[in-house]
Formats: sequence, C-alpha cells, structure tokens
Amino acid sequence: MQLWLIPLLPLAGFLINGVFGRRYSKSLVNAVAIGSVVLSFAWVVKTLLGVDLNTAHTEHYFTWIQSGTLSIGADFAVDRLTAVMLLVVTGIGSLIHIYAIGYMAHEGGYYRFFAYLNLFMFFMLVLVLGANYLVLFVGWEGVGLCSYLLIGFYFDKKIATNAGNKAFIVNRIGDFGFSLAMFYIVRNFGSLDFGTVFGQAAGKSEAVLTTIGLLLLVGACGKSAQLPLYVWLPDAMAGPTPVSALIHAATMVTAGVYMCARSFPIYVHAPDAMSAIAIVGIATAFFAATIGLAQNDIKKVFAYSTVSQLGYMFVGVGCGAFSAGIYHLMTHAFFKALLFLGSGSVIHALSGEQDMRNMGGLRKKIKWTFLVMMCAAVAIAGIPPFSGFFSKDAILLAAYAHAPWMYWLGTLTAGMTAFYVFRAMFMTFFGDYRGHQHPHESGPVMLIPLAILAVLSLAGGYLFKVPEFLRPFFVGVEEVPENFNLMIYSSLAGVAGIALAWLMYVAKLGMADSFAGSMKGLYTLVYNKYFVDEIYDAAVVKPLVGGSRLVLWKGMDAGFIDGMVNGAGARARNLGSVLRLMQSGNIRSYATWVLLGSLGVIAVIVGIASAGGIR
Amino acid sequence: MLVNSFVSTPDLIRFLPEIILTIMGTFLMVMDPILQRRSSYAFGHLSLLALVGALGGSVYAYTEGGCSVPQSCPAFGGMLMVDGFATFFRVLVIVVGILTVLSSYRFLQREDAETSEYHALLLFSIAGQCLMAASNDLIMVFIGIEISSIASYVMAGYLRDDKRANEAALKYFLLGSFATAFFLYGVALIYGATGSINLSTVRGILMGPDVPSSVFIGLAAALMFVGLAFKVSASPFQIWAPDVYQGAPTPVAAFLSAGPKAAAFAVFLRIFMTAFEPMSASWQPWLFGISALLSMVIGNFAALLQSNVKRMLAYSSIAHAGYVMVALTARSEIGTSAAMFYLAAYAFMNVGAFAVVSHLSGKGERYQTVDDFAGLAQKQPLTAALLTIFMLSLIGVPLTGGFFGKFYIFKAALESHLVWLTVLGLLTSAVAAYYYLRILVMMYMHEPSKASSEVEPLSLGLGTALMIPAIGTLFLGIFPNWVLDFAVKSATLVK
Repeated sequence: MQLWLIPLLPLAGFLINGVFGRRYSKSLVNAVAIGSVVLSFAWVVKTLLGVDLNTAHTEHYFTWIQSGTLSIGADFAVDRLTAVMLLVVTGIGSLIHIYAIGYMAHEGGYYRFFAYLNLFMFFMLVLVLGANYLVLFVGWEGVGLCSYLLIGFYFDKKIATNAGNKAFIVNRIGDFGFSLAMFYIVRNFGSLDFGTVFGQAAGKSEAVLTTIGLLLLVGACGKSAQLPLYVWLPDAMAGPTPVSALIHAATMVTAGVYMCARSFPIYVHAPDAMSAIAIVGIATAFFAATIGLAQNDIKKVFAYSTVSQLGYMFVGVGCGAFSAGIYHLMTHAFFKALLFLGSGSVIHALSGEQDMRNMGGLRKKIKWTFLVMMCAAVAIAGIPPFSGFFSKDAILLAAYAHAPWMYWLGTLTAGMTAFYVFRAMFMTFFGDYRGHQHPHESGPVMLIPLAILAVLSLAGGYLFKVPEFLRPFFVGVEEVPENFNLMIYSSLAGVAGIALAWLMYVAKLGMADSFAGSMKGLYTLVYNKYFVDEIYDAAVVKPLVGGSRLVLWKGMDAGFIDGMVNGAGARARNLGSVLRLMQSGNIRSYATWVLLGSLGVIAVIVGIASAGGIR
Repeated sequence: MLVNSFVSTPDLIRFLPEIILTIMGTFLMVMDPILQRRSSYAFGHLSLLALVGALGGSVYAYTEGGCSVPQSCPAFGGMLMVDGFATFFRVLVIVVGILTVLSSYRFLQREDAETSEYHALLLFSIAGQCLMAASNDLIMVFIGIEISSIASYVMAGYLRDDKRANEAALKYFLLGSFATAFFLYGVALIYGATGSINLSTVRGILMGPDVPSSVFIGLAAALMFVGLAFKVSASPFQIWAPDVYQGAPTPVAAFLSAGPKAAAFAVFLRIFMTAFEPMSASWQPWLFGISALLSMVIGNFAALLQSNVKRMLAYSSIAHAGYVMVALTARSEIGTSAAMFYLAAYAFMNVGAFAVVSHLSGKGERYQTVDDFAGLAQKQPLTAALLTIFMLSLIGVPLTGGFFGKFYIFKAALESHLVWLTVLGLLTSAVAAYYYLRILVMMYMHEPSKASSEVEPLSLGLGTALMIPAIGTLFLGIFPNWVLDFAVKSATLVK
C-alpha cells in the first residue's frame, strides 16, 4: 500500500526547499512545497479508496528496537480513525499551504517558512500513521519542534521567540506524562503496539489502566492546550497566521484528542480516567470561553476559542462519545482554519493591524473575506444545519448522558462561543471603520482556499458523517440516543449569544462599555486572562529559577563567576575576582565538599549494610 | 612463544590497543625534533594513525583473540578480561580520541601550540582508558585510572599561558588525586577482607560460605564509589567539573567529558556488577539512586543559569552522568546495556557539541557565551544544523541517540521498580530542554553576533569531527539495534 509515501512526500519537500530553497525562485519553492503536500493528499485518497477499512492495515518496515521481549517496529497502519485524520491533515494542509503563498509573499525567509511547514506535515503524518506509541511519539515531538520553529518565525519580534520557548517548555511537561505512560505500558503489556496493547487491555486491572490513562491525559493536556497547560497556545499566535490555522487550530493541537481516542480500549476500562478527561475538557471549554469574551486582538479571540473548542472535544472523548470528539475535531478544523485564515486576510488587508478596536465596517471593503468568515461564524456558533451544530450537538448529548450539569455548562459555553465570535465579527465588519489604513481585498490565491473551507464549514457536518463512519471502529462503545429537546436548547443558546452580541456591538454601541464599567473588577480579571500567566510566573518560574540560583549557584558554584546575573558590565570586574578566588580558599572548599560527600556515601552504605547485618 | 611463560601470544594480541597506543605515543615524543619543522599537521596525522591502528587492534583482539564467543577471555592470568564489554568501551574511547584529534588540528594551529606532547598525552590517556575498560583486577583498574588521569591533568592545563587552563589543571589534579586515594583505600580494604584483588575471585568469595563482614565490604565499596563517582563527575563529587571543563582547552574538555567518563563508568559497572553484586542489593539502589537524582537535579538546574556555553555543557554533562547512574541503580543486565548505549550516544553528541563551541570560539577562545551563537545559522547553516542535531539529542528528542539512551535507561529503572527515580528523572530532563533550546534560539532567531560573523569556514578536520558524531547520533536514533544488540550481549558478560 506504500503508506510511507504519504509522509515521505512532504519530507522530500522539506529537504529540497531546506537545502536548495535559498537559491530557488519563489515559484519553484511554491511548486515543491505545495506539490509535495497535494501529492500526499492525492496518495491518501488513492490509498483509502483501495483499502478495506474494516480491519487495520499495517505495514512493517523494519524492527526499530529489539530489547529482550520488547520489540518495537517502524510500523504504519491505516484504519477508519487514521483515515479521518489523514484526510483532515492533508486536505486542510493543502489548502493552507496554497493560502500561504499569498499570505507570505512579502515576508523574508520565504523558503525557510515552507520548508518548516513541510517538515511539520511530515511529522504530523507520522503521528497519525504510527502503529505504536513510539512512532506516534516521534511525530508528537516532531510537530512540537516544528511548531516551536514556526511560532518563532518572525524572529525579530521578541514576543515570538518567547512564545516559541514557552510552547516548547510547557509541552515538555506534557511529554513527561506521555513518556511515563509509555514506560508503564511497556512494563504492564510488554509492548507498545496498538494492536497488542489494546487486545490485552480488557484483562488488566483498572488501577493500571487508570494510571496509564491519566498519564496519557497529561500528555494530551500539553499538546492540546487544556487546563492547566493551555497557557502556551494563546501566545503561540505570535507566529504567522497560516501557522496558527494549520498547527494551532486544525491539526497539531488536536493530536491529544486523537491520541486519547486512539487509546479508547484503555479508557473504556478506566472510567475514572475518562471522567478526568471530561472534567478537564468542560472546565477548559468554559474557562477559555470566558477569556475569549473580553479580548481585543482578533487572533487572541480565536486562540482562546480554539482552547475552548478543544475542551469540547475532550468532553466528547471523556463522555465516551469518541466519534463525536473526532467529528468535532474535523468540523473545527474546517471552521477554525477558516476563521484564522479569514482573520489573516483581514490583517493582510490592514497591513498588519490585529486590534479589533481599530477595525470596523470592513464588510463593504473586503466583501469576500466577510462572507467566508460569516460561514465559519455560523458554523462555530452551532446554528443548524451548519457543520458545528452536528458535532457540538453530538458531544453535548453524550455529556448529558454522562452528567447533566456538564450538558448545561457546555450549553452555556456554546452561548458564550456564539457571543464572542459574533462580537469579533461585528467589531471587525460592522459599524464604521475606525482605523487609518486603506483596506484591500486579498488575491484569489488566498480567497479560493477560503471559499472551499467556507463550503466545508457550512456543509461539512452533513457531507461527512464521521460518527457513522467510525461506528465500526469504536467497538464496544455505547451510543447515546438522540434527544430533540436538548438539541433545541443548545441551538437556542447559540442564537441568544449572537443576538446579545448584535445588541451590544451593533444596535446599542455604548452598551458594551457601560457593561464593562459596571462590572469593572470582573472585567479586569477576564481581560487579563485571570492573571494565570502572572500566577505561573510567581508560583513556578520565579521559585524555580531563584531557588536554583540561590542554592546551586551561590551555594555550590562559586568557581568562575558567571556573568549572567550582573549583566555584561560586571564581567570585566569579575575577571579580577576570578583570579583572586583561584588559589585561595577554592580548592580547599572543594576538597571539603569531596570529604563531606565521601562521609555521606560511607554513612549510607555502612549504615544500610550494618542494619542488614543486624537483621 | 615469547620470553616468559607468563606472557603468551594471545595475551599480547588481547593487549594490542594499549601496545599500539603506548608505542606510538613514545614514538611521537621521540620524533618531535625531526617533525617539528616539516609539517604542522604531522603529529596529528601520526596520532590519528595510531588511533586507527588501535581501533583495528581492539577489533582484532576481540575477533581473532578468540574472544567473540560469549565466554570469558582473560589475558595475563585473568588480570584483563577482553570480552565484548571491554571491546565496546575500548572502541568507544578510541573513537572519542579520533574525534578529539580531528577537532584539535585547527585548534592547535590557531593557538599556535602544535607540539608532539599534546598528541602523546592524548594517546597515553586513551591507553589508560582502554586498560580501564579491560581490567578485571583492582590493581589494573588503578593503574589504568592513573595513566588516564595523569595525562588528562596535563592536557587540561595544556595552554600554559592561559590562567584559566592553569587553574583547571591544578584543581583537576589536586581533587583528582584526593579522590583516587579514596579508591586505593577501598582496594586495600577489599584485599584485606578477601585476600584477592581479582574481581571474579572477589565475587566468588562474596557468594561463598565464608562471607566477610558486610560492613567491611560496604566500607570498601563506599570508598571505591567515591573515587569512581569523582571520575564520572556524579554528585556529590561533581564540584570540579564546571571549572575544569570551562578552563580546559575546548577539544580537551570534549575529550574529558566523554573518554575518561566512559572508561570510569566501565570500571564502575565491572566492579559493582561483578565483585559487589552478591552483596549490594540492600545499599546500591539507595546510594546510586540518590547520587543519580542529585546529579540530575544539580546538573540540569545549574545549567539553566549559565551564560557560558562550556560551563553549561559541563553542568549538562553532570546531568548526563546522573542519567547513566540511573541505569546503574537498576542493577540489572538491562541497566548495564542501557548505560553502555547511553554512553555511546552521549560521547557522540557531547563531543560534537564541544567541537562546535571550539569552532566558534575563535583564537584565544574569546567567544564562549550563549549570545555569541546568535545568527550562526545565517553565517554557517551546516554548522548550525549539526549543532541542532547534537542539542536535540542532548534534549532527548526522538530519532536521535539521546532519546533512545534515555528511553532504555528509564525503562530499565522502571523494570527494577524504581518508580520514584524514573518520575523525578524524567521531570528534571524536561527542565533540561530549556537551556539547550536557548542555543537553538540564538542560532536561528537572532541577527549574527560578532563571533558568528568572524567565524572561519569549517576545516576538513573539524568538518569530519562534526559529521561523524552527527551521523552517529542519528544512526543510534534510527537504527539503535545495531549497538544495543551488542551491548545486551556484552552486558551478560559483566558478572
């Protein structure tokens, strides 16, 4: 079946553009970058048409590790779940690549951007195709790396590099959970193969499965920006907009959802772990939505919206509606990619302006952008019969069956979602223009992908019935009956949100300000994102760095004085002190350390040995 | 047959690498007056030749000396054990030596310090490390340590006029001698307790009916631990490493952080898995586990604060010693093979990283700070790409040797039920990403610094010294089985 060709094509694109791109013309770089991804998409379609998806089709390339009884292969596999993911990744990926031609046309480092983007596609496809946890982890780490490179792409912006660092480091915490989960799986199952592990899952104790499930959840929280590890995603929007759309909305951030859905045979036997997923999901969905209510940067609104929508997907997975989670993953990829790309088109039209307070009235100036974004907005607001309605409804139904309070909180969140999205739409496109630029519509190379995504956002839920498609895959998972009343409530919440946004931002313009003024404390809290970044900084980062400095640097490392602390000015002065310190007490104090250490070692061994002797 | 019935031809074959290295080292010093005027590279070429010869000698000793069958293959009446384990470490330290020579060509020329001593000392040091890898006898271990150490003390202070190098050498020497003395006391105690210094014999006695006092053996083990932990710069005996690595010439620092460390770990494994294994079950997890944890914490957290890259790499090497200590804590064959694999991966990535630092730092090693790496990717994309591979491997990103090294180590730890150590170890290694990443950020996301603007083109020697580790790092990440198979097979021999 040549599955390896799917990721290899973008990898080839990366290598060609990475090595020779500097000398190539822009059109050649385009041809390589877009060609490789589109071909990969074509190969996915061809593969899926020619394979029987009812059984997993695995390809073994070589044995990667053979150590004792543990054998891990470089294996790819395709099944129904993979099929959905492959189509989303390569399909949306192709559209965004095409869009990026127009968006990045005037940026420096053009070839580098597309090389990284292709490398990202490679790792994302490895992640999706991997037939065991280790191959998945390769992709998992790889996409993180590319995300980091692309967030920091505008490296003249200090914010961008900081955001890249933050993303990478927060993700390391998630990876820590994932690695531990892998070790536990190896220890308990003797394998990392999906087939083997899932086949044995039913026979293991619930405690083991719950532990593994929770550790995997830690990993998923990092990658998919869930509480408490969501903080990197809003900052990640410092990267170019196509990156926000592709990596930080449509594909990479959904990897955690994919991984949890992939591990469903473990989760169905670990109800506590599933409840944890659902609670993390609903809490994130609600929490991020409240922050989205008060943001003024158009990309920040959609960033918090992404965090919130990812929370919905986790609710789906955690409530046992795995297929609903994946369904929402797909529809979200459509409408959120469109929202980001559309906002990119707005930003492009206004030569880099992102603050919605300096927009307004753009619907006449950039009509096409307005129209396509409207399609995405009604989809995300959950208005029937557009795509978001179907998937969100499926999740909320499952939430109701799991715990009614989750349904109500989810419905409230749906209302808030509709509110903040339409708030953004109204602030951007309605009223009078408040900025000073001369808006210009984007070219067809950007508008055509937008148009395709608009069609998918409107009709995607109806065209691709993911839950039905995945039903044979998620065997042993109970289905939730349809409930017409609940459907009505959640749709009404969406309509109410839109209406409120209309009232506050179009009909009665002063209302929003007076509202914010009357609840000043709450507004400040939400506007500043609950000060979570500041709290993390004070509670984790400062003590960690300060503690290391105090204990390790001052206490143990006084040899050469490191210039970092006092800055460059202190360096010259320190050179003198280095020489002064050199002969004097230093070696003696080091020798004292060695002596104390030796006494400690002797005490440990002799202490334990003599205790053993007595026993 | 030769002069003495004690020395047979197989003995000599099994001793081939040490013989070649010692003869060539002596030869280099003799040739000094003759070659000095001819070519500035002659010493380097000769020492490269010696190392390649020794590499061949090690492999020959293993295959032709009758040692390839998985059984003991003693030489000199059991004082040496030239098995797969010994060969693994011999090859490892010789490869480190080759990389050191390759990266030293340009360095020595730049510092105007091309002499035969540098290379002779290097060869002697490696001869000592080969001996350490193969010794099965505490006196042989001690001699190996001393040959290796004395040569490396001098190498650390090789740039005579550099005050930092002087300081480094002095500290290294004084503290090193101090620590070796502990080791020697341990040897004496073992001899007193068991009447033997042969590791296999000691093992037999400890397993036999007349077991000496466990406190006495424990004391001996503790003293040896001190000496060896110092050599591998594991906590609480890591204190010297940052000063020495920062002060020593960069190619020497690269060598010190890989070669002697690997050989000392070989001895560590040999002594603790062979001789003390019957009695160490009660204290080894505690002693090694605490040392491992302290090393990882001190190494990783202190590295966060460094602005000097050499010093940062020194702290990182303490942390990496901590990871290997985790493997030793596991006290199992899997642990032994994981340690072997990790040391191979570590040697590649660390020597490679130091080689880039040496390349960038320029004459007099002026540029050593993280900021000096700014914009290197624009000026020399290849160098930056290679350093990226090393850094990713040091972080432990998949598809690199560093990832699989950590994977095996923590897997071994978990299989020995060391949950606390696995969890804490993984947490500290998550922290580590930050300081390696800083260099990548500098290289790729900043405008070129003075250092990267002035950096000279990669020389052939240094280019090779960067390519080999880079390929090795990726190879160990993509096809780990080749090395792992051998390590697993050899690990069973250490008993």
